[in-house]
Amino acid sequence: MPQDVAELVAAAQDGDRAAFDELVRVTYADTYTLALRLMGNEEDARDVVQDAYLRAFRGLRRFRGDARFSTWMYRITANCAATHHGKRTKHRHEPLDEADRLPDERPKVDPQAMSDASELRTRLTAALSELPLKLRQVVVLRDVYDLPHEAIAAELGISETAAKVRLHRARKKLREDLFPRRSEEAADAV
Amino acid sequence: MRCEDLATDLSAAADGSQLLTGKERRHVERCLRCQAELVQYRKLLRAMRQMRTEVLEPAPGLLADILANLEAAGERRAIRSMITGHKAAYLGGLAAATAAGAAGAIVFASRARKLRTAS
Repeated sequence: MPQDVAELVAAAQDGDRAAFDELVRVTYADTYTLALRLMGNEEDARDVVQDAYLRAFRGLRRFRGDARFSTWMYRITANCAATHHGKRTKHRHEPLDEADRLPDERPKVDPQAMSDASELRTRLTAALSELPLKLRQVVVLRDVYDLPHEAIAAELGISETAAKVRLHRARKKLREDLFPRRSEEAADAV
Repeated sequence: MRCEDLATDLSAAADGSQLLTGKERRHVERCLRCQAELVQYRKLLRAMRQMRTEVLEPAPGLLADILANLEAAGERRAIRSMITGHKAAYLGGLAAATAAGAAGAIVFASRARKLRTAS
């Protein structure tokens, strides 16, 4: 069984199912991380990841290897997230009450690692989760995953100009959340 | 030049995708508010880039679910291709039978014509 991602991709393209399963094993945590950042909740992230790997499985022959497999997966994941968001807004559910919220069943994060994490990073994660989904998707894909505007626009089904406008709005909102002006802080305190 | 006019360009200048014009640069050099914003954008972008290396722990069972889904999709694909194969064989057989029937009818008709001419 090949171990290198490029070799796994080549084997999977030749119809080796075990190689594709191994590709999933190697990359799924990374794909899930992106999906969770894009969707902002675990349930939607799981759906997006499953859908992304199904699409990758069906379209693997079309992957020519011009980009890295991970970048290809990011684009598929972004596209699935946009589709999922479209479906969700079409069949909008009532939000759960605070008391009805499901418990977080993810393994507990290492407390040492948590204490080591910078304050800015923690606040950034919180600020990102507060951003509207449309803005969050663009800023995460551009500033965290370094996808070009063209790719972001293509996968989210928007124009490049719209992608740039959303990016600017998202950055502005994040900056204002992370670095509130003193006068605003004073006003909030009153 | 007002600080508000620079808002978009400061965010683009922070990631290096756009350069400030001479006029904008001169404004920033004199304006503490714009300087602070530029620094804040740079800090924000640095923190965003650092997130790239962070991998969040997926919920237990996710890998098994993905693999089971793929297995099911693989089986569906195999069944579909089998059905497509059977359909092709059936249609091929039907076409061959039709052709054979037509050929038989032509032979039969030509023999009957020959017999009539001979008699």
